Amino acid sequence: MSDRELTGWGLTAPSVGHLVETDPGAVPDLVRSAGPRGLIARGLGRSYGDPAQNAGGTVLAPLPSAIEPPDPDDPDGLVRVSAGTSLHDLIGALLPRGRFVPVTPGTRYVTVGGAIACDVHGKSHHRAGSFGDHVAALDLVLAEGSTRTVGPDREPDVFWATVGGLGLTGVITSAVLRTIPVETGYAVVSTQRLPDLDAVMAEMAGSDRDHTYSVAWIDTLARGRSMGRSVLSRGEHATRDQLSGRAATRPLPVPHEPRLAVPFRPPVGLVRSLGVRAFNEAWYRKAPRHRTGEIQSLAAFFHPLDGVADWNRVYGPRGLVQYQLVVPDGAEAALVGILERIAAERLPCFLAVLKRFGPGNPAPLSFPTAGWTLAYDVPAHPGLAPLLDELDRAVVDAGGRVYLAKDARLRPELLPAMYPRLGEFREVRDRLDPDHRFRSDLARRLEI
Amino acid sequence: MINALGQPQSLLLLGGTSDIALAIARRWTRSGPVHVTLAARPSARRDAAVAELAALGADVRAVDFEAEATDTHAAVVAAAAAERDIDVAVVAFGVLGDEERAWQDHDAAVRLATVNYVAPVSVGVCLAEVLRRQGHGVVVALSSVAGERVRRSNFVYGSSKAGMDGFFLGLGEALRGSGARVLVVRPGFVRTKMTEGRSPAPLSVDADDVAAAVIDAVAAGDDLIWVPGALRGVMSGLRHVPRALFRRLPL
Repeated sequence: MSDRELTGWGLTAPSVGHLVETDPGAVPDLVRSAGPRGLIARGLGRSYGDPAQNAGGTVLAPLPSAIEPPDPDDPDGLVRVSAGTSLHDLIGALLPRGRFVPVTPGTRYVTVGGAIACDVHGKSHHRAGSFGDHVAALDLVLAEGSTRTVGPDREPDVFWATVGGLGLTGVITSAVLRTIPVETGYAVVSTQRLPDLDAVMAEMAGSDRDHTYSVAWIDTLARGRSMGRSVLSRGEHATRDQLSGRAATRPLPVPHEPRLAVPFRPPVGLVRSLGVRAFNEAWYRKAPRHRTGEIQSLAAFFHPLDGVADWNRVYGPRGLVQYQLVVPDGAEAALVGILERIAAERLPCFLAVLKRFGPGNPAPLSFPTAGWTLAYDVPAHPGLAPLLDELDRAVVDAGGRVYLAKDARLRPELLPAMYPRLGEFREVRDRLDPDHRFRSDLARRLEI
Repeated sequence: MINALGQPQSLLLLGGTSDIALAIARRWTRSGPVHVTLAARPSARRDAAVAELAALGADVRAVDFEAEATDTHAAVVAAAAAERDIDVAVVAFGVLGDEERAWQDHDAAVRLATVNYVAPVSVGVCLAEVLRRQGHGVVVALSSVAGERVRRSNFVYGSSKAGMDGFFLGLGEALRGSGARVLVVRPGFVRTKMTEGRSPAPLSVDADDVAAAVIDAVAAGDDLIWVPGALRGVMSGLRHVPRALFRRLPL
């Protein structure tokens, strides 16, 4: 056990907690002996904000990786994994067996426990839902130290409160996940350049359901007639006969570790509006007007940023924040208003993404809900506060919400409006953990 | 918690009726809802400050605080930390007094040294204990350039500020790795009720200028600032002026 300063991926709002590495068998004792500042489980620290840090309290480091591969005859391809297993390791174990995870976020460097606690989503949400929808069962260590196995058909209230529950119902120690069959480790990708927001929204609303994976990169700096111009990328898993050349000889390549890294944090942030504007211009121009049938490895298709370790460091000493919102179908006008506002502010963001969500799941704190989600990274700066506060209000007025796994600055007052089922979550949590032994900086900040 | 954009949710103002403390609270309150504990002597001024911050949208409560009563400080800090974590604590109390009386009247000298040095050390120790336990939080210590090179014209005040400045810089070092931080603020001449009737020195500022600088410094994670920033260079020069020459300067 050692005192460690921890932040999220955004490298903002540090706090110091006691970081403990242990094996699953010792978790109940650790939970029982947690001090007055409580305990939270941490994964690989990819949440942008503060859900996986606990100032003055205990922070449980990821449990050792462990994977029981699926039975080849099981149509669901059920895989049992330790909660500390990363999706990188899991994908590495699944692909050679011709299986893949049904949901992957934009990075493989998240743990299964974190993916459940944040109920992460990916490019497949409109068809496949979020991570929690593919969990058959999970083991949860509760506040008083007992372990319970729960699932959608077994204490569903506890299960769904844990999905998206940000670690506040207990410590997830292992899970059983459904996997999908794949013939290859490649995707067939179509790329389309769309000149404005109307075009990209019309295209996505019209034909997303015909594609397993779909996401648009959006140039948030373009204004006027080009406002919302985007590069829309769609994909399907490639079949063997779609591969040729080298890919055909090695159809199931395992993703490798990053070969590049940002070695240190520069004294000033390198993400500035001029550079970002030039980048966005080039990115948009270099995209093909319409190309189909391109073969990409699954790693390149799903996790392009995993190629560079510690890329968050380029934002310098102040770090970055990501703002991800969803507004329901029918609130397109609010989305347009928000994009106009961001474009007018000239915020330097090159990692902005627009995607359609399908219906949400029964988890009371799960983020996705049928509609449009927009995510963008910006350098953290106190001057951002009034704009983001304004966007919060616009999101609430539209019946939407922001994603807590990305959040690092929301005020507690707006939480019940964004998550109207917060009361339901609290009821289950208070029954399981009346003393709020499971605590995090996010829970303190948002008074969950 | 102090969020990713440097905005705290709770403030403890020790010497809560000081112009600078109130200017800091006003600014943070305007940027979003804040819980403020205003620790000061009961007075009409304190009541007015509570009313003003509440009108701006803060959730304010007043607690009695007497700088010289050091044995009560732990209870004041504990009361502020009881309901929620202390995100930012501002050590803002201090007296200027009559400079000539301050070195010739024993009672006045002892009082000034107690309020300006002993009491900040006392609250500093109490705050450090709470913030260490929390694993986060910032102590903002309002020092003065008067402590950076003590001069004949106000050396009792200057020496007390030199002491408290050194204490809080050292406390910041001692707290490294604990999550708690210390920000030492060295303003020049600030036009406030404390300096009322004195002719302002060059580079003088308002309480609100100090507040703006403090808010930026907390967000940036700084540990020492001058207000205005130009004073850093000025004071660096003055520190090295030989005494024979320094004596002749019109300071």
